[in-house]
Amino acid sequence: MTCLPKTSSGKKLGLVIDLDICVGCHACATSCKEWNTSGYSAPLTDLDPYGAEPDGVWFNLVHSFEVKNEGGDSQTVNFPRSCLHCDDAPCVTVCPTGASYKREEDGIVLVNGDTCIDCKLCSWACPYGAREYDTDTGVMKKCTLCVDKIYNQNLPEHSRVPACVAACPTGARSFGDLGDPNSGVSKLVKDREGFDLMPEQGCSPVNKYLPPRVRQTEVREDTPHLQAQVSDTANALLKWIDKALSR
Amino acid sequence: MHPALSVIFFTTASGAGYGLLVLLGLGKAFDVVPHELSFGVATIVIALVLITTGLLSSTFHLGHPERAWRALSQWRSSWLSREGVLAIVTYIPILLFAYDWLLLESVDTAYVLAAILMSLFCLLTIYSTSMIYASLKTVHAWSNHWVPFAYVSLALMSGSILINAILLITGNYLALMSYSSLAFIVIALIIKLSYWRFIRQTQSLSTAETASGLGHLGKVSMVQSPHSQDNYLLKEMGYQIARKHADKLRRISVMCGFVIPFLLTIITLDGVNMLSLCSSVLALIFCLFGIIVERWLFFAEAKHTVMLYYGNTSA
Repeated sequence: MTCLPKTSSGKKLGLVIDLDICVGCHACATSCKEWNTSGYSAPLTDLDPYGAEPDGVWFNLVHSFEVKNEGGDSQTVNFPRSCLHCDDAPCVTVCPTGASYKREEDGIVLVNGDTCIDCKLCSWACPYGAREYDTDTGVMKKCTLCVDKIYNQNLPEHSRVPACVAACPTGARSFGDLGDPNSGVSKLVKDREGFDLMPEQGCSPVNKYLPPRVRQTEVREDTPHLQAQVSDTANALLKWIDKALSR
Repeated sequence: MHPALSVIFFTTASGAGYGLLVLLGLGKAFDVVPHELSFGVATIVIALVLITTGLLSSTFHLGHPERAWRALSQWRSSWLSREGVLAIVTYIPILLFAYDWLLLESVDTAYVLAAILMSLFCLLTIYSTSMIYASLKTVHAWSNHWVPFAYVSLALMSGSILINAILLITGNYLALMSYSSLAFIVIALIIKLSYWRFIRQTQSLSTAETASGLGHLGKVSMVQSPHSQDNYLLKEMGYQIARKHADKLRRISVMCGFVIPFLLTIITLDGVNMLSLCSSVLALIFCLFGIIVERWLFFAEAKHTVMLYYGNTSA
């Protein structure tokens, strides 16, 4: 049923992504592809992967933005983008067949590939571009929050996290229950002033983003002076070479 | 948004078909259109062909047309589902009305009731088509109240021009229908011009800053796309049309869709003769062409919020 669940367990599984830490290595994107190509929505089709026009299904993508302030200073922010498993998911309510649904027990938004008719309306309804159409199988696919990994009893407990979280080398991605105010992820959001993407779209996304720190713009007094260091440590030979080369 | 030809064809054809039936049903309920059998067969057959080919073309553009029946199940939340249900339910009053008129040749209460129900359900179907677009908050050019008005008025406009042509071809003349066409052309043009003004002068609340949540740090621009080649999102949502082309196409749409059909319809006020007949058919051809251009622009000019992640600064 593509009405959103009226009752909820209160559990809202999701991700918290720290834009201050992310270095834009794309490990989350590739590990997502690796796990999911044999998972719930398998395969994550690749078309012409080694040709001139490679195309395919990716649930996780890393953008890089430049943010320029009024003073003209700019900084680069790496920005992973994936499904936010919204509380008021418009991709679910527009679905005419019931293929797109939100789970009552944990809030994960999934697509049933057996009943999707490929009208593509969910991809039009999602403001975040979380839907990926597979032209090869003719159905819509999306991030499953690794539903086939996080509950998998065959895996050791520490592995039961989404593939993107396990792969992140800098710890920029955290996974947990955002419906529980005492969970680690909820505390992280509170401490770091986590925010929603496009709140004006009214989707109430579950996933949160943590802002980059504000950069310091003034040079600190205790910054070591490079030239002084060189002259202090240089011996007579180096001084002579320096002099000879400086002519 | 990428303009899908099947959807443009479907909405133009079924719009004219449903518009025709709305006006025919009202005309019949108030007993102002001719009761002649040739006129009846022509209108019903043409309307059924238009709405049925439209529906089939929209079904065949699905990746899984064999599962299309499932789309009737989610009418509680989905406008696409509602459109499907309404489109099918509407066949019932259409066929009852056609049966009463063409086979029983009756003019009893059941017939009038079927005519009114037919008008109502056809109107609701046009409205539900427009709401598929108007309910999408992600596309500012679509999620506004001009969209349902535009779909309904364009359907009534093309439907009335179509009835006018059928009337003249079957040797009938109805001044009321020519005047209705003129009125619908003016109404639809005013709505469409207001719509174009609206999308030029306003934009979505969403920006590159709200999309990334980095607005508090400054102005956001893309330095690197996540992928080197276009993906599904860019192919489907990334369609961009140059403003100068949009302006030109808009002028073509206004001329062909509204101005020329208006002038040609004035000629049809002359009554049943060869000039009127040719004018009414030409008015129909120009009007449908103008609507196709209008609908193409409706997609091509619409900007989706996902493009804010790919370098667009506004949506």
